[in-house]
Amino acid sequence: MSFAYALACRECGREYGLEPIFSCDFCFGPLEVSYDYDLIKDTMNVASIEAGPPTIWRYSPLLPVDPQYKVDIGTGYTPLIRADRLARAIGIDTLWIKNDTVNPTWSFKDRVVSMAIGKAREFGFEAMACASTGNLANSIAAHSAAAGMDCFVFIPDDLETGKVVGSGVYHPTLVTIDGSYDDVNRVCTELSYQRPWAFVNINVRPYYAEGSKTLAFETAEQLEWRAPDRVVAPMASGSLFTKIWKGFQELEKIGLIQNPTTKMSGAQAQGCSPIATAYEAGSMNFVPQKPDTIARSLAIGNPADGYYALKTMEQTGGGAAMASDVEILEAIQLLAETEGIFAETAGGVTVACLKKLVEQGAISKNEETVAYITGAGLKTIEAVSSEIRQPIHIQPKVEEFDAALEAYN
Amino acid sequence: MASKQVRLTFDGDEVTRPLIYEMGHEFDIVTNIRMADVDKDTGWVVLEIVGQEEEIEKCLIWVQSHGVRVDDATLGDVIEG
Repeated sequence: MSFAYALACRECGREYGLEPIFSCDFCFGPLEVSYDYDLIKDTMNVASIEAGPPTIWRYSPLLPVDPQYKVDIGTGYTPLIRADRLARAIGIDTLWIKNDTVNPTWSFKDRVVSMAIGKAREFGFEAMACASTGNLANSIAAHSAAAGMDCFVFIPDDLETGKVVGSGVYHPTLVTIDGSYDDVNRVCTELSYQRPWAFVNINVRPYYAEGSKTLAFETAEQLEWRAPDRVVAPMASGSLFTKIWKGFQELEKIGLIQNPTTKMSGAQAQGCSPIATAYEAGSMNFVPQKPDTIARSLAIGNPADGYYALKTMEQTGGGAAMASDVEILEAIQLLAETEGIFAETAGGVTVACLKKLVEQGAISKNEETVAYITGAGLKTIEAVSSEIRQPIHIQPKVEEFDAALEAYN
Repeated sequence: MASKQVRLTFDGDEVTRPLIYEMGHEFDIVTNIRMADVDKDTGWVVLEIVGQEEEIEKCLIWVQSHGVRVDDATLGDVIEG
């Protein structure tokens, strides 16, 4: 069962029932799910978690979905890999990679969509919808297919082929929008007011966002029930970043970890960096930007949780950094060459910012650090295809191979 | 009468200009500040505007023409990665 009992405004604290709503009537602040932690403490412990499935659903009591409505396509419990070669390359002692590229649709979005679709079924919605630059579209299309629900996916018309095919194969109603980034936002916001659909990041957003907490739950469990010294995670809307911190705090509330002192560092692409820019200016007010970056999965110019991400940095003593497109591509290569993990551009942003923060001394050498790699590289092949070394081409003769290899090296 | 909730983001010179006061004088609308955070260089105001729909739209076009960004008050960007 779920121990969620209310939605509460993050600004004024006003409480609402568990309904498909997302903002406070009084102050328009965002709503967040509240849980009865005393009851959870009585039912959830290390043994109960270990007896659960090897997916995000092993943490069901801390999630907002009644398990009878869940759609489980095997999301979560992804590997936490000790990344010694990458650690050496960037000059840090202990580095872990949370490899979320191995989820069912190859990104962390499966975690949040699992919450959105479960809650949508509970509320009786018959159709799911979203506006996406790719990963969210792939995940919502797959989950809707598995649940037998209608699905409407709105994407920009210049999206990478891998991301279009990765949604289309599940047979949703796929709509490409001819217009600017702002046009896509405007059309989808208007549709969300008119159509009786569960828009994953609008009317079921408070539940959807909760899925990202499982990244913290898994990390703590895989570190044998403790939180790391430092987290480096990508920031788009800022939701994933704030929910990782909420996840560690919840584990402390129910007594599974002690006093987490994790410093939270956020990573953004320079071409869309409203949160990191505000952090560097020492301001809690971000200025929305028009995105211009290869890291399209992080291209949110007006981040709904930007303020809360800045607050999380302030509370934890963390910070932020930003990476140029060139640095992002170099970091994708570095991660692949040192750890055998092919990340999409968002992963490049995370590794590039981690490297930068270590070089700047913002992360010290002896901090145990976890970097979150949230999507697989095959989704954004276009971004890196011109960067990789061309293969050796030979006629089918051994002597040609010997000569070509010498020239290649 | 219609009601619209918007988030106005100010940057640069607009921070010090009394634009919300001017909106109330230029257009037949009532403004109600619900949340705000303004510092010396930047700031945002969540504003409820009540009036005829056409008048609200004209008012929002006017304020944008003065370099103020206007967004839905509660959502931020709805497109995600």
